[in-house]
Order: sequence, then structure tokens, then C-alpha cells
Amino acid sequence: MHLLNRNTESGTEVAWSNNPFRGFRAIFYKESLHLRRDSMAIMFALLIPIVEMIILGAAIDTNVRQVKTVVFDQSGLMEHASDVEGSQSSRALLDRFRSSDTFKIYKYVYSDEALTHEMVSGHAKVGLKIPYDFDRQLLRGDSAQVMVLVDGSDSSVAGQTLNVASAIGLDESLRRMLPEGKQPAIDIRPKVMFNPDSRSPNFFLPGLMTVLLLFVTTMLTAFSIVREKERGTLEQLFVTPVRPLGLMMGKIMPYFGLAMTEMLMILAFMRFAFRVPIHGSVLLLLLLAMCYMFTHLSLGMLISSKANSQNDAMQRSMGIMLPSIFLSGYIFPLDNMPWIFYLMSFFVPATYMMQISRGIILRGAGFGDLWMNAAALLLMGFGALTLAARNFKKMIV
Amino acid sequence: MPAIVADNLVRKYGDFTAVDGVSFQVQPGEVFGFLGPNGSGKTTVIKMLTGILPVTSGRGIVDGIDVTNDPDGVKQRIGYMSQKFSLYDDLTVLENLRFYAQIYGLRGKEAERKIELTMQQNAIEPYKNRLAGKLSGGWKQRLALSCAMMHGPKILYLDEPTAGIDPVARRKLWDLLFDLSGQGITFFVTTHYMDEAERCSHLAYIYYGKLIADGTPETLREIPEVSPPGTRRFEIATKDVTSALRRARTLPFIRSATIFGRSIHALMQDTISEAELQRELEQAGVHPEEIRPLLPDLEDVFVELTYRRQSELEGSRAL
Repeated sequence: MHLLNRNTESGTEVAWSNNPFRGFRAIFYKESLHLRRDSMAIMFALLIPIVEMIILGAAIDTNVRQVKTVVFDQSGLMEHASDVEGSQSSRALLDRFRSSDTFKIYKYVYSDEALTHEMVSGHAKVGLKIPYDFDRQLLRGDSAQVMVLVDGSDSSVAGQTLNVASAIGLDESLRRMLPEGKQPAIDIRPKVMFNPDSRSPNFFLPGLMTVLLLFVTTMLTAFSIVREKERGTLEQLFVTPVRPLGLMMGKIMPYFGLAMTEMLMILAFMRFAFRVPIHGSVLLLLLLAMCYMFTHLSLGMLISSKANSQNDAMQRSMGIMLPSIFLSGYIFPLDNMPWIFYLMSFFVPATYMMQISRGIILRGAGFGDLWMNAAALLLMGFGALTLAARNFKKMIV
Repeated sequence: MPAIVADNLVRKYGDFTAVDGVSFQVQPGEVFGFLGPNGSGKTTVIKMLTGILPVTSGRGIVDGIDVTNDPDGVKQRIGYMSQKFSLYDDLTVLENLRFYAQIYGLRGKEAERKIELTMQQNAIEPYKNRLAGKLSGGWKQRLALSCAMMHGPKILYLDEPTAGIDPVARRKLWDLLFDLSGQGITFFVTTHYMDEAERCSHLAYIYYGKLIADGTPETLREIPEVSPPGTRRFEIATKDVTSALRRARTLPFIRSATIFGRSIHALMQDTISEAELQRELEQAGVHPEEIRPLLPDLEDVFVELTYRRQSELEGSRAL
């Protein structure tokens, strides 16, 4: 680098003028100064991630536990009509519900109206009604019915509670049918791999990392060029000997550095503050994340080559970020999507990064399992960069 | 060797010809004023002569380098300063200068020396640690000029350098330009201000893609389209200019007359002497305080040339 031109007449000028990255150092220097003075950007990159991680990692628990349940047990009313609630068998059944950890019986009611009221007012998510002939039916060997009311306004709670309630019913039936001391024919022993305790942070944080990296890479790079368009400094740069590649790389690299810093910070926070174990190679994760950053830095370039104001750039960035959040499998599993959205997810870079980060962090996957994802990311990145370069060329003429 | 040669430059955008066979030469050390209404092809010519925009046909040679063969070589040899303040507000004066030094490939000690030198030339040393955004308009332009000449180019393009800065700063900037042109730097300046055009040593006027005037301010004032043979111009200073104009226009030997401030500019037959004019005016009821022979000013020249070109264009369209 030191043999760049000292004198317009000297031979070193040749080395200078043939360098396709000419101007890189100057742009890099300037861009780093901008970045250092841009407190918003620093905040975006380093403060927001921590706040988001705390919210998603600590505050949100997707596991359904201790759902408020109200009980209307008619079975005891007929026989006792006194302070003892329910019959012997109904109490045994309710004990099963209580010990499941899914239900929390907080109240008994004594009429259908009261039961409905508890549900409508939202105090109870689940209502259990045990009919007055519950014991009689059991003794007679008929099927005894238990009504389970579930509040469907929260679909994940509704789904899980229904499953657990059915399982309890089935289990209890089996026990009554089998002779004493005999085991059921099939014994299911589930084991949740990779995230044995079903901890939410383990599931959410690797995905969150993918989403957080978007902001710095796509939005901040897009802004950095569009700002120059607005100010008219880009026009000035075109009259200097800066080469397009030097300009682009000089713009990209400081944000690449910032994104790497952000990623290391997120990883450290995830590992040590939230105790999410990293089963695979951190080095591989960083390497593949670089492919992802490259894709989004290129997309940022592409946006800035089209947008003419920061507002415009902001909206175009949103057009990339929203699919990255909703169509990447970060929140909603891809397999359950209608085919059209499933197809769209293949064009969202975050989908591949989601595979990479969950794969390496949770499942300990290696390069052999993930290289296709990296290849897809690189392909999209080069595509975006080529388009961006073409747009920039058109802009000058 | 001329500093800049435009030889039959043409630039087409599809069917539209933005620049139509423009030719001129700028000698080293000249302050070349390039004038023309907005949208007349001014910017396109600048873009071609700075190596940004490829020419459709014709040749452009800047400091001995052909813009088509080696646009990057041209960029390295010129400085360019655009009409709006286009430096980085959030960088200090010194950082802006360092950035431009690096962009032109200056490194280490040499860069520091050049920065030091440029700051002295433009007297911006006292502000070196101030953010560029905090400078006043005139100083911003000075900084922009410093950045554009950091690498010691022999040719500087200034695109409306004084748009929107105050008169004192404007005057100072022009003094600086003449200072630098005295040191051999060639300036290619565009402007809409006639007083600035008057100060240029060489002028060209472009209208609808064609160059319609090229010369020194003096030769332009004397071109026959503006001063037809057999006519002279006089400036007549008088009290009540409005009624005086009405009366003067009744005189048969006066071809045209307009008001300029507190006097009348009149174009008339050169057979009439100053004494005769004085007498005729008195008879018509005008009492001149002073009568002076006058050269047309540049505004007259450009307005006249624009009208002529317009009627030519309309004529050719009618055919």
C-alpha cells in the first residue's frame, strides 16, 4: 500500500491507477469517523440488542404452566350437599390435574352461570365441569363424561391445555381398565433433544441474534450512502479517482466491523448471562455469520442505490426486515406455513441464518450439515451486489 | 498547450441531443466563465470534461489527457467543487482535508505537508478543529475549495461556487481565485451572476446544447449581433427617467432604449454626435445631466444572443 503515488509523473502512479479498490482507505477512514460520531448507530448496534435479549430471554416464556382453572364439581353435591366438595373419584381426577403443573385450580363454583362468568371475564383460562352422575357412571362401567372448557383466544395455551387434559383422561381410563399391577402395553418415554428443559432462551436467543444483526448490516449501510446522496457529497466523490469497488468496500467494512462486535457481544451475553450452551464450534458460527452479514450488507447497498432519501431507505429496509422476522422460522415454524409462504421463505436470507445459528448453537451441527445454507447466502449476496453496482453505474450517467 | 480543449463535443441521451458540437479552448491560468441557463447542457459539458460521463462523439482533452481514453487520469489531475456545500458536516476541517488527501493517494509526511500548505493558502488554519457543519457559508466554500485543490491540480472546476453566500464572502472568494490563477491554476467556473462573469478572463455561453458565444468580455461586447454596424450606445443620466424614456423613444434616430437604474441606455445611429443628441433631447423635453458613450454590458449580450438563437430555433422548427 505504501507505493501509492507520490508524484503524478512518477512510475508508482501505475500501481495506484490500476488498483480496483482505489480510494478504499480514504473512504474507510472517513466512514469510521462518521460512525464514531453517530451515537444513534452505536446505540442500535450495542444497546438495543441487550434490551431485546433481556425482554425475549427473560420475560417471555412460551411454555404453558399453571393455567388458571375453575372447577364446577356437581358429583359431590348430590350425595353430601355439605362442605365436602366432590366425590372420591372426582377428587382423585382433580388431583391429577393439579399435579400436572399445567393447571392451577384457583376456585370452585357451584353453578353453570358462575362457571361461564369466570370464563367470559377472563379470570379463568380453563373450566372443568364434572357432572353429578360421574361416580355412578364409573361404577356402572359406563363412560363418565368430564367437560373441559378452554379459552381459545390464546391459541398456544388452548392447544397445550387440551392436550394435557386429554392425556390425563386417557391415562386415568387406562388405569381403571388394567388389572392391578399390570403396565400399559406401550410405554412412551419422551426425551426432548438439544433443549432438554424446553427453555425459551435457548430457542429464542439464537434466532434473535439473526434478527438483530439485520439492523446494523442492512439499515445502517443503506443510510450511510443515502445520506451522501442527500448531501450531494456522492456527486463530489464521483469526480475523484475513487473506484466503485473502493467506495463500496470502504462503506461496507466499518459496518461489518460493527456487526462483528455486536455479534460477539450477543454471543457472550447469551452464553454467560442466559446460560445458553453452545454445542457447536463458535469459529464456524462466526464464519458462517460472515456470509450472512455479507448478504445483508449487499442488500443495504442495493437499497441505497435505489433510495433517494433516508425515509425511502427506511421503508425499503423494512421491506426486508419484516419477512426476515416472520418468514424465517424465527417465530412461526416454516413447516406449518401455507405453501406460498413456505416458498417465499427460501428467498429470505434470515431463513438460512436461522438454520445456521440454531444448528450450531443448539444441535452442535458442523460445516457438513450447514454448507448449503452458507452457499445460498453467498449466492444472494453476490446477486445483490451485482445489481447494486449496476444501479450505481446508471446513476452516474 | 491549452489547459482544456473541447473539440466538437456531442452528448446524446437517446434521441435527445443535450450537447451539440461544442468546441472551445481554455488557456492555462485563465479564469474561464461557462455560462448558460439551467438545462442548457452546462452540467453535461462539465461531466464530460471531468471524465464522469462518456462523450457520444468529439474529443475532450484536459491537461493533455484525453477524457475518453483515460478518464481516471483526468480525475487525478483536476479538482472539482460543486454548487452546494458538499463536504462532511460531522467531520472537522482537518479531517475533511485528510480525507481528500487520502482519496488522491497522498500518504504520510507528504499528505501532512500538502494539508498544511493548503490551509495556509486558504487561511483556514485557525478553524482546523472546528466541525465543517459549524462553519459559515463563505468558510465552507473555502474549505471545499481547499479540498478540491489538495492534490495540487492545475485545473479546477467550480460549479456555481458562490450560489447562496453573502456578498463579502463572494468578493473574497473571487479575490482568492485570481490569486491562484496568478500562480498558474486554470479555473473553469459556472455562474449566473453577471458581475462575476465580467471578472472572468474568458467567457463562453451555451444555449440549448450549442455554444453561441466564446471570447473575452471585451470582444463579446463588440460582437456585431449586439452592436450592429452604424450604431453607438449612450448612457443618458437624467432626473425623471420614466417620462424621459417615453420622450426619448419618439426621436427617430434612437433604435432602442431601456432604463438602467437612474439612467437610460440608448442604441442609436452613429451619425449623431453627443452635442446633437444633447440638443435633440432638450427639444424633446428631456434634461440630461450627463451623456456618456457606453459599451453593451454582458447581460445585454447574452439576452440578445439568446433571443436570436430562440428565433433561429423557432424558424427551423417552422420549416
